[in-house]
Amino acid sequence: MAQHKVNYLQDGGAPIKLTTIDKLVNFGRSNSIWPMTYGLACCAIEMMATGGSRYDFDRFGTIFRASPRQSDCIIIAGTLTKKHAEFMRRLYDQMPDPKWVISMGSCANTGGMFNTYATVQGADRIVPVDIYLPGCAPRPETLQYALMTLQKKIRKESIFRAHKKKRLI
Amino acid sequence: MRQYKPKDDVQKKSYFSDRFYVTPSLPRLDPNEDEQFAKDYEQFSSKIKVKEAFIEHTHLVMYIDKNAVVDAMTCLRDELEYDMLMELSAIDYLAQRDGFEIFYEMLSISKHKRIRIKCFLPKNEELESVTSVFKSANWSEREMYDMFGMKIVNHPNMKRILMPDDWYDHPLKKTYPLHGDEAASWYEVDKIFGKEARDIIGPEQRDSSAIDRYDTQRFARLGHEVPFDTDITEGEPDTPISYQEEDSTKIMKKLNPDESVALKRRR
Repeated sequence: MAQHKVNYLQDGGAPIKLTTIDKLVNFGRSNSIWPMTYGLACCAIEMMATGGSRYDFDRFGTIFRASPRQSDCIIIAGTLTKKHAEFMRRLYDQMPDPKWVISMGSCANTGGMFNTYATVQGADRIVPVDIYLPGCAPRPETLQYALMTLQKKIRKESIFRAHKKKRLI
Repeated sequence: MRQYKPKDDVQKKSYFSDRFYVTPSLPRLDPNEDEQFAKDYEQFSSKIKVKEAFIEHTHLVMYIDKNAVVDAMTCLRDELEYDMLMELSAIDYLAQRDGFEIFYEMLSISKHKRIRIKCFLPKNEELESVTSVFKSANWSEREMYDMFGMKIVNHPNMKRILMPDDWYDHPLKKTYPLHGDEAASWYEVDKIFGKEARDIIGPEQRDSSAIDRYDTQRFARLGHEVPFDTDITEGEPDTPISYQEEDSTKIMKKLNPDESVALKRRR
């Protein structure tokens, strides 16, 4: 058997790769964001279009899940009414940590055109929001950019830091 | 909210000065003007006492007493062939007449005619449900109760239909504020976190045009993003917009904008 002298630390010269645990874990987390199938209004149509074959969320490793227990991201796509706010918070609480929230469209961001008694004036009154996505309704490209921005945000996080409790809202 | 200022200088034409548009009323014709309606009116008024009747925009409108509504509905369905209850709701006249006006829209498929039965319901008085005559009245009466808050008796399932069960007040009353009262504005906070969280969350931001240059809780300058709630009155750093991190994985090639070519023509 030939004895090759291999420099295992040389980059590209050997079947090993040196990296940090942070980068490895975040590589996995950011490339398998599973959002919840959760549409509230017309923004959900755009969300469905983004999940479909033309814009293809799957290539980011983003697969819509039908249960909060299997998802780690919730896209609030549409008008959040006061009657529904309680159930939205309950779904958010059921998601396992770590979890992220994308507020999609004007209605979820600020209440939008529904400046009325029955609409929650911004989903951030209920849950802590990571990405605010403007538009009414935002185009699929916008949601894609929001997801890429969220991926960037996840890659910056450290997994060794003591578990930082998320703020209430 | 911003104060509304009439834009007189933008266009010289006069804007409508009344705050609320007042619709011009249509001409009211005698029931005898229409052959079919004349027959129906005669037959109906022999059974039920009609206070006022006229034809308005191809509808025969008849005012009756609120206690005669169920009898009137039964008569219209069984004898006059008005076999569909299209719509049912109320109009708020609390300020003018201290009560509600209830209307029932009826359609006859065989005669191709529409009748509107109206009655006046004084405040705090009960209205008999017409669910026993028309099943479709079930949800309409629930909505009427939800939005106006009148009491309807003999209804199989009398509770709110649109608003939550623990909602305070009835939103379609003319006295109800569009932005909601005190209970409405804190509804979701009280329900989810409890009243003690009101101080943490703060009141609703209702001004849709509010922009604060130095508010980093609600706003971020694109290309100058800073972490949540940072003080930026002294100025903020540049954060170039890019899709990739500086220290991304080696397999990914970083885009150099200078080398990229913009296509003049679509291929």
